Amino acid sequence: MAEIVLDKVTKRYPDGALAVSEMDIEIADGEFVILVGPSGCGKSTALNMIAGLEDISSGELRIDGARANEKAPKDRDIAMVFQSYALYPHMSVRENMAFPLRLAKVDDATVRSKVEEAAAILDLTQHLDRKPSNLSGGQRQRVAMGRAIVRSPKAFLMDEPLSNLDAKLRGQMRTSVSKLQRQLGTTTVYVTHDQTEAMTLGDRVVVLRGGIVQQIGSPQFLYDHPANLFVAGFIGSPSMNFVPATLEDGSLKTPLGTITLTDRVRRLAEAADAPREVVAGIRPEHFEDAALMEESHRQGGSTFTATVDVLESMGAEKYAYFTVEEELATTAELEELAADAGATDVPGTGSAIVTRLSASSEAREGQPLDVWFDPDRIQLFDPANGTNLTYSG
Amino acid sequence: MSHAVTEAPAKPAPAKGKPALSEGKRAERRLGLLLCAPAAIVMIAVTGYPIAYSIWLSLQRYDLRFPDERQFVGFENYVAVLSNSYWWTAFGTTMFLTVVSVAIELVLGMALALVMHRTLVGRGLVRTVTLIPYGIVTVVAAFSWFYAWTPETGYLANALAGESAPLTQQWPSLWLIILAEVWKTTPFMALLLMAGLALVPDDLLKAASMDGANAWQRFTKVMVPVMKPAILVALLFRTLDAFRIFDNIFVLTNGANDTSSVSMQTYNNLIKGLNLGIGSTMAVLIFITVAIIAFIFVKVFGTAAPGSDQGGRR
Repeated sequence: MAEIVLDKVTKRYPDGALAVSEMDIEIADGEFVILVGPSGCGKSTALNMIAGLEDISSGELRIDGARANEKAPKDRDIAMVFQSYALYPHMSVRENMAFPLRLAKVDDATVRSKVEEAAAILDLTQHLDRKPSNLSGGQRQRVAMGRAIVRSPKAFLMDEPLSNLDAKLRGQMRTSVSKLQRQLGTTTVYVTHDQTEAMTLGDRVVVLRGGIVQQIGSPQFLYDHPANLFVAGFIGSPSMNFVPATLEDGSLKTPLGTITLTDRVRRLAEAADAPREVVAGIRPEHFEDAALMEESHRQGGSTFTATVDVLESMGAEKYAYFTVEEELATTAELEELAADAGATDVPGTGSAIVTRLSASSEAREGQPLDVWFDPDRIQLFDPANGTNLTYSG
Repeated sequence: MSHAVTEAPAKPAPAKGKPALSEGKRAERRLGLLLCAPAAIVMIAVTGYPIAYSIWLSLQRYDLRFPDERQFVGFENYVAVLSNSYWWTAFGTTMFLTVVSVAIELVLGMALALVMHRTLVGRGLVRTVTLIPYGIVTVVAAFSWFYAWTPETGYLANALAGESAPLTQQWPSLWLIILAEVWKTTPFMALLLMAGLALVPDDLLKAASMDGANAWQRFTKVMVPVMKPAILVALLFRTLDAFRIFDNIFVLTNGANDTSSVSMQTYNNLIKGLNLGIGSTMAVLIFITVAIIAFIFVKVFGTAAPGSDQGGRR
């Protein structure tokens, strides 16, 4: 159990490449913190620096208040779970899990009881004498977790531990990782590129891009109040729709029509000294089929009419995709998001507007549809630097 | 089994009690044998025939100086060789040279492999440079050693040996032979071991250091066990090779002062002595010893080609 503090931690490689830049994070004792971002954002480097597998170029890492920059990994008392699981192929499951205890010269009886206890928690008891090569992916993942928990370390570091599992197993393991962490109450730093894992697992999420911390906060806070365009696009699935817009006398000209801003949004934009040309963002879930709205409710929002390109029925909800006439907003941040997700997979950053409608919507592909949305949920971003102009954190 | 894919458009597999091979499977197997046949025939011609011929020769009294006395004698030659003290001295010497030189090569080769594996700059150059001794013809290198250790004219003899002539005494000669062997084949060992090192995933070593292992523990408890197949293959190759040592001894001492190896003895009898019977017997005995060594490596230590069975035998 420990608190981990990163104080202006920087990683610069000998060739001058900056992997992590002045990262400031305070991780409280027992907290579950997620480092999330697209590949190459420095999240794994940051984790390796906490582990001691990579040197810290400048700044200070404190574990339990004590400077740990120069400590060898084995002296930091931190356990790590790797994406590849890194199980020792020549050892049985039992030996794998006992390895850290053996190295710590723990007596046989204690090793035995601790390994069996961990195996019971992870449902591995009947596999203890098998070799990792004879286990399924999910079982290997649990052995890797077991090896981490047997010695009750000060903290767990997890480097994309679920990425090699298939989608269904990943969902199950996500729940059990979360349960396990709560049960053990051990400080955990978890690295992932998957925003769903970030949203569901962590107490707090750190969004990284290009080695720079974009925003730190609870998953809900990041969703409601993204600090910039990158966080807005990264958090939430399907991701936020971005359209270019022009601010004029309290109204917003967008490809979805001219929208009258609510007082709250206008005040925030004015306070932020918003430029004339902005990027407007609105999440798919803030749209609705206008036909389903009550008249009184409908008055409070804006409505536009467009032809449904594609309609995906998910059972509980429907996703309707619209093409807008004008080009969608593009900035460096959005392009990076698109590239990371494989642009074609993310309609929000491609050429279409995604809307999430109630399952009872009568929308049809190729038919025009009246779509309602709440202008109060619109977020405005500065196209120059991506800052959220309506940020109210 | 019974409903294996039938590729040939033949009648359905016979409905017998036992699961029989389907028509397609059998055709496939026949094709496999046919495809292997040319290679197998060539192998038999170039290795099988000489082996069989030397076994045949070893069962005869056959001395080219007395060709008329050629006669089938059964195992008489084996009795003669195995009850001869020269043979056993040479056998002991060969064993000693093999064990000591391979042991030294393993340690040095591992060190070299680790250095080469870790080298970040000039990787290719470092690897090429270390391989130079292996690229030099053994006889040439052996002559270099020979002249270097010759008193009066050799720089090593002048610098280290003082008045004595090391190549005229048994133990100094043996150590110099080992030195020449080690110098020559350590790079080969290092190369084989480096291939093994590449099999150890980085994550495994990182995990070990997170688990609290220091550098030595990471080496002994993770690296060595994981690369064990590669180590065994390297040891097998080198042991078999070292047991047949000939050229270094031939040049350095010519077998004088009990420094002769079994291959030297075979050469002396077969080529110099023209005694085909005794010489072939010795060759067959070397063959049997080598086969036993290989058998021990494969069956007892579970040597296999690297990666052929992951975590198999042990």
